[in-house]
Amino acid sequence: METAQHIYESEHEATSTGLPNAKLAMWVFLASDCLLFGALITTYVLYRGASLVGPYPKDVFDIPYTSVSSFVLLASSLTMVLALAAVQRGDLARMRVWLLATALLGMTFVGGQVYEFTTFYREGLKLSTNLFGTTFYVLTGFHGTHVAIGILMLLSLVAMSFTGKITQRESMTVELVGLYWHFVDIVWIVIFTVVYLIPTGK
Amino acid sequence: MRRITRQALGVGALAVVAAACAPNNHQDSLNPQGPYAQKIDTLFTPVFWIAAAIFFIVEGMLVLFAIRYRHRKGRPQTPPQIHGNSRLEIGWTILPALILVGVAIPTVSTIYDLARTPTGNVLNVNVVGHQWWWEFDYPDQQIVTANELHIPVGEPVYVSLCAAGVGYGGVPAPNECQPGPPKGAPPSAVGDDVIHSFWVPELAGKQDVVPGRTNHLVLQADRPGTYTGQCAEFCGLSHAYMRFKVVAQTREDFDAWVRAQQADAVAPPAGSLAATGMNDFLNGQCIACHAIRGLQVNGQPLTANGGPNLTHLMSRSCFRGCTMPITRANLEAWLRDPQAVEAGSWMQLNPKLSQDQIDALVAFLMTLR
Amino acid sequence: MASVSVPGETVRGGLLRRPRSTAGFWSWVTTVDHKRIGILYGATAFFFFLVGGVEALFIRLQLAQPDGKILSPSTYNEFFTMHGLTMIFLVVMPLSAAFFNYLIPLMIGARDVAFPRLNAFSYWLFLFAGLFIYSSFALGGAPNGGWFGYAPLSTVEPGNNMLFYSTGLLMAGIASTVSAVNLAVTIINMRAPGMTMFRMPVFIWMALVVQFLLAFSLPIITVGLFESLFDRRFGTHFFDPAAGGDPVLWQHLFWLFGHPEVYILILPAMGIVSEILPVFARKPLFGYQFVVFSGIAIGFIGFGVWAHHMFATGLGPVANTAFGISTMIIAIPTGVKIFNWLGTIWRGDLRFTTPMLFALGFIAQFVVGGLSGVTHAVVPADYQQTDTYYIVAHFHYVLFAGAIFGLFGGMYYWWPKIFGRMLNERVGKVQFWIMAVGANLTFGPMHILGLEGMPRRIQTYTPALGLGVWNLVVTIGAFTIAVSVLIFIGNAVASFRRPKDAPADPWDARTLEWTVPSPPPPHNFDEIPVVHALDDFWHRKYAETEEGTLVPVPAGGSGDPRSDDAHGSGHGIHLPSPSYYPVIAALGFPLIGYGVIFHWWMAVAGAVVVLAGLYGWAFEPAAE
Repeated sequence: METAQHIYESEHEATSTGLPNAKLAMWVFLASDCLLFGALITTYVLYRGASLVGPYPKDVFDIPYTSVSSFVLLASSLTMVLALAAVQRGDLARMRVWLLATALLGMTFVGGQVYEFTTFYREGLKLSTNLFGTTFYVLTGFHGTHVAIGILMLLSLVAMSFTGKITQRESMTVELVGLYWHFVDIVWIVIFTVVYLIPTGK
Repeated sequence: MRRITRQALGVGALAVVAAACAPNNHQDSLNPQGPYAQKIDTLFTPVFWIAAAIFFIVEGMLVLFAIRYRHRKGRPQTPPQIHGNSRLEIGWTILPALILVGVAIPTVSTIYDLARTPTGNVLNVNVVGHQWWWEFDYPDQQIVTANELHIPVGEPVYVSLCAAGVGYGGVPAPNECQPGPPKGAPPSAVGDDVIHSFWVPELAGKQDVVPGRTNHLVLQADRPGTYTGQCAEFCGLSHAYMRFKVVAQTREDFDAWVRAQQADAVAPPAGSLAATGMNDFLNGQCIACHAIRGLQVNGQPLTANGGPNLTHLMSRSCFRGCTMPITRANLEAWLRDPQAVEAGSWMQLNPKLSQDQIDALVAFLMTLR
Repeated sequence: MASVSVPGETVRGGLLRRPRSTAGFWSWVTTVDHKRIGILYGATAFFFFLVGGVEALFIRLQLAQPDGKILSPSTYNEFFTMHGLTMIFLVVMPLSAAFFNYLIPLMIGARDVAFPRLNAFSYWLFLFAGLFIYSSFALGGAPNGGWFGYAPLSTVEPGNNMLFYSTGLLMAGIASTVSAVNLAVTIINMRAPGMTMFRMPVFIWMALVVQFLLAFSLPIITVGLFESLFDRRFGTHFFDPAAGGDPVLWQHLFWLFGHPEVYILILPAMGIVSEILPVFARKPLFGYQFVVFSGIAIGFIGFGVWAHHMFATGLGPVANTAFGISTMIIAIPTGVKIFNWLGTIWRGDLRFTTPMLFALGFIAQFVVGGLSGVTHAVVPADYQQTDTYYIVAHFHYVLFAGAIFGLFGGMYYWWPKIFGRMLNERVGKVQFWIMAVGANLTFGPMHILGLEGMPRRIQTYTPALGLGVWNLVVTIGAFTIAVSVLIFIGNAVASFRRPKDAPADPWDARTLEWTVPSPPPPHNFDEIPVVHALDDFWHRKYAETEEGTLVPVPAGGSGDPRSDDAHGSGHGIHLPSPSYYPVIAALGFPLIGYGVIFHWWMAVAGAVVVLAGLYGWAFEPAAE
């Protein structure tokens, strides 16, 4: 029996573009989110080197450490791809494993970020210390929040898979979360490059 | 005359009535009194007429069509089904574009014209916006005054606009206010001043006073006279009370004014009520914000600039953002409770002054000529 | 299929049973029907219109004469700030959203929007955001730093006033973003067969442009609002010059949103006018494609003109030149629209119904706002005009004499469709003329006031400026507008006393919503229509000869509205069930807002409510 909700929200309905509604919505949302990060990154770049007092980026950054946690986040994109492939094969058990692996890698990244923040804080960089603290914590914090929301969505997928809401035919939900997750990863590559790798001269 | 017709065209017949009875208010952007305001008016006038012409053409067509093509009984309800006409539509895309090119060329040249730093015999003035009054510093003349800007006629005045509270030392600065605190200083919490906008419509357009930036503006008056101005950027509770005057004088009068302003204040004779007031002034709360040139406390000159410099207070005609004439009654009311006179005033008296103190202080202030 | 729940079966995973009521209070709270949500948007926006209007009347009483004593400076600042915030975010945007919600599915031949529950969520979050901002009056003071909230005034002033501004607008922004995604997907993806992009009504095109403007401009103000909120609440230095921050950054972020916002406010009204004119001229819109492309062009260029709000900020002659020119360029597509509308009524058979009067009034008055807009692009002239009543005159000609007139036209036009009852035409015409006189009395003299030296946002002015006469005229005008609004309320109330007898197609109109009964059934269309042309419904009724003469299609042909179709009971069509979760999820947001301002535990509680709502939502059984 085809339920009403499916007329509107399922991937099986013929749409004007052929693209499922939910996927199109995710793309529009991500495009919108691009501008959110665009504005945040612009703020950071405008205030690069504008702090009147230290600590400055070079005083606190530990590039090897952040590189490792960045790599962890990038690796989670791979496990996300594997999770989607599993559900599309109909292998729900494998999907759960890969989803949990993705969530775990995400949590490792966020945990690393929390550790990084506390270290910086102990070294004297607070949100209110200078423009660097202000822009750094807010930019990376917004990204960390995105990752955290992604983790919640990944765990929800696992839970939903036990209620029958995720199936081989209904795999698009996994695909949508995947889109979001990859987007958040890509944004991190930009942030990592702009914030950590491009020297500020200070 | 031109101004009257312009208004009439702006809002139709109603305007004629009022244009006839609008007094000369000295804050009228349609009444330029110097070359810089004149340049703007010279640019605006033809643009206004072009706009007026387009207005009449469009409204005329609208009214004409409405009358001509109104539904009439007995006429078949089958108008011709015209879907469009590319040639017409391209035409009414290109024609406005051409008109706008015609408008853009003088616009751009005027932008650059107004942005040019004047040369020759130029008076430099630093204008500092405070909540809610104007500080006027003449760096070359070493004068600090408030709410009343004196300028010589026929000479360009190069105005540097600075906001209070940010790295501005109070002492007359060099030609430009220094934006931003010195590097290495810890950031202060709050209490910096906010954005204001300096506007004397009859002498120049407006320019914002932005904390952390130094903006510039050139103004000039052709004739001696008083021109009023006002803060045009919303700046908090008493924004409406942040006004000022520009007093344009002949060169001789201006020079005389400068000499008078450069003089130190003269202490009142000992034993007088005014002398008591001076003592109260120097030993009380006043000097936290106000300076008087020539007086000292513990051998140190007064330098505070949170409030207006009072050295020649009585030479000015107004205070409190130039919204109150300087009279004994007004000064007393102000000293009794500044907060009651001006909502949100930075002048906080703690403890409040006794009537004796007020009498003495007013007596002292009225000696500051 | 595993996810299907059979009626009667114990519901798995759902926290609450899906609500069943189809009438009464709870049916409205839990509705996911785009038509009901549209009505909710409209009613809420109209309520806020009255509130914002009363604020305006107080402002005008205060300014009627020099040295006014009606409002204290602090109350005045709250009133003018709230007037702007209300009219922009709680009136024109949601009133446009009301038309979008109600009409988009009907005009493109769909049964609902793409995500009905998200749609309900958007409405409730908008409502709660509005109530949240207004609750500030009872909680220590309303926002008082202007709708533009310039830093550092907004970040250094004591009190929670501007925290309500930033948190409240963040909520409204989330609501609008969600709605924008939803409606954009609906328009792109849910068109009836044959409804190609270039067969969509112009109103739908303008709606689509607006959704993209929202989706791309709101995140920018979101960042600005967060930065402002953090500066005020958590001691960051984004706009703090003492720490090297630049207050002008706020202005850039604000106007990068704020200028597209202007087009967000005006394009829906332009779309409405483009629908009304052809119907009452009995002619197709002149140059449909030009009107559509000019709308798209306005959307694009709208992102490149923001700094014309900042000509006096001191950006330098290069930036001022660039933005002056880009602002002149945007006048071109705007002019195109006006000429195309004139082309539409040219040689038409004009019937001056109330909607038509409002549409023509829109054009006549919008021209004034458009032309004064061009004078702002003349940068040196703007040095005089900016922050004066000349600007107030300009944008009220655009947003009141323009947008609000267009929206009133839309109300008169679609009222019979929405409520099944006609508004009284004679009363409507009286209202139009009073409103037009009032609008021009109010906003016309403001041009003069501004040029004669009256700055904006001043609580009082001295008699010496000689501005008293015109200010009195403006105040009289404002009360004239109030009278016209009261007449409208009377007309609306009276319409509900009449029988529900509006025909399906009272205006002999052109678009799909007029093919269904008034009001439409919950499922909109018994059968999804197949579209063959632009203005498909018109062409079902009238054929066009080679010379462009209209020939009615014989009665009983395909032109008849389908309302009389015998089989049209909607039997067998499944509609999305109502849901509690959108309103629950939305309810958490104001709690988070109070938490940010007062106590952190409220924010935690709010977050729990939001998460609970979202989880219930995700696990909600599809239908019962």
